[in-house]
Amino acid sequence: MNLFYHLGSLFLKFLRDCGGVFIFFWQSLLATFSRPFRARLFIKHMEFIGVKSWLVVSLTALFSGMVTAYQVHHALVKFGGQSVLGGVVALTLTRELGPVLTAIMVVARAGSAITAELGSMRITEQIDALKMMAVNPIQYLITPRLWAGVITVPLLTAMANLIGIAGGYVVGVMVLGIDHGIFMARMEDMVELQDIMSGIYKSIFFGAFLVSVCGYKGYYASGGAEGVGKATTEAVVISSVGILIFDYILTTLFF
Amino acid sequence: MITIKNLKKSFNGFQVLRGVNLVIPEGKTTFIMGQSGTGKSVLLKHLVGLLSPDEGEIWFENRDLTKLNEKEWQEVRKKIGYLFQEGALFDSMTVGENVAFPLIEHAKLPENEIERKVDELLSAVGLLEAKDKYPSELSGGMRKRAALARTLALHPQVILFDEPTTGLDPILQRSILDLIMEVKNRFNLTCVIISHDVPLALHYADQIAFLHEGVIAQIGSPEEIRNSNHPFVRKFLDSALIDGAKEVSHEG
Repeated sequence: MNLFYHLGSLFLKFLRDCGGVFIFFWQSLLATFSRPFRARLFIKHMEFIGVKSWLVVSLTALFSGMVTAYQVHHALVKFGGQSVLGGVVALTLTRELGPVLTAIMVVARAGSAITAELGSMRITEQIDALKMMAVNPIQYLITPRLWAGVITVPLLTAMANLIGIAGGYVVGVMVLGIDHGIFMARMEDMVELQDIMSGIYKSIFFGAFLVSVCGYKGYYASGGAEGVGKATTEAVVISSVGILIFDYILTTLFF
Repeated sequence: MITIKNLKKSFNGFQVLRGVNLVIPEGKTTFIMGQSGTGKSVLLKHLVGLLSPDEGEIWFENRDLTKLNEKEWQEVRKKIGYLFQEGALFDSMTVGENVAFPLIEHAKLPENEIERKVDELLSAVGLLEAKDKYPSELSGGMRKRAALARTLALHPQVILFDEPTTGLDPILQRSILDLIMEVKNRFNLTCVIISHDVPLALHYADQIAFLHEGVIAQIGSPEEIRNSNHPFVRKFLDSALIDGAKEVSHEG
């Protein structure tokens, strides 16, 4: 009985959160079209979510590209196919690792901060204070962040792709001895524009998803400082796992 | 004037407001008193749409506020200000920026005019020297004064104060209430104040309403309340008016 009750409550909470995040996203999107346009806030959040994430995303991409080259080389060498290393590394990065790792790193660095900041504003009644000053809190707090996420996550992904491939090149050509010309030629042969764009399209979705989840969890946080901590943990876990699940769904359906 | 009719509100099956009826007269100071956790803040939050009632009506300027949509509420909130218990100042902004915020959002004034208004408002609450400080650098009393300046920026007709004196020493309590009375007279405001402090309420109120068990147990002038025979009100007053408290309130 208790087990069923527990599972049932978890399932209901899951459904509530799914519906809540979607409605929250929709309200933020609709608020884009109401005045005043918050250009200054949008630029500020682009800086916070995008510019300030470049280092952590670059490092992640560099080492992921390097280790991918090693591992793929290890597999390819078994049947003498190491010449395609450049193409395989580039495909892995542009289609999967680039968008997914970038989004997860943005969740860890910026998403958690969004939840903590909004949660703290909620428990100190600053969000209610915005309402009391006849300002729509979603339009002021979430919409600029949503668009900042939608724009900067794909840009970071493009940068991660480039740096990851560079890492793969360093290991493939300089360490494992693949010829520079072959590495580049196979990459050009195997990677098409569609491969790069599929990753970029996914990253646009991830940008909107992570801001919606992290924003929602912070915006509706309750229960004092402990509640904000809990909301932040939940936001990071749900966003990260959600990105991996949606990556699979989107890849299966569209890419 | 705000008229509350049969207002009911429950949370998770527990009925906090069980049919509140209250008239808040224009240009007067109404104190709402009662024990902690009896729904005083809940009642106040209904007046500005931060909570929606399960049942009942709230009339202001010939409109039932409970029927308003969010956009209509935005217009009402320019007329009814709300001072939060802890001030709810934006901690990422300085005091000056906090006060300027509603003006930038709504007043459509040139920058130097906004600057002038901010200085004027901060002078009115005696906080001009703290203009460039952040809320975390202020004391509790200063935060409340800064929040009052921000609330006044939109020239509301009514201001709701959620325990403006809680957590302050007696001298600061008096000075905050003196300040409220000063701005009330200066800007011709209607004030609704939640408080637990009987001597202050008896001294400053035009009318006092006691919220008990989800309804208004008694409402009246300070004199009527002082002579109340209602068992709860009597007990509340007797618990508060011990030692010299009564005399202090008379002297003030």
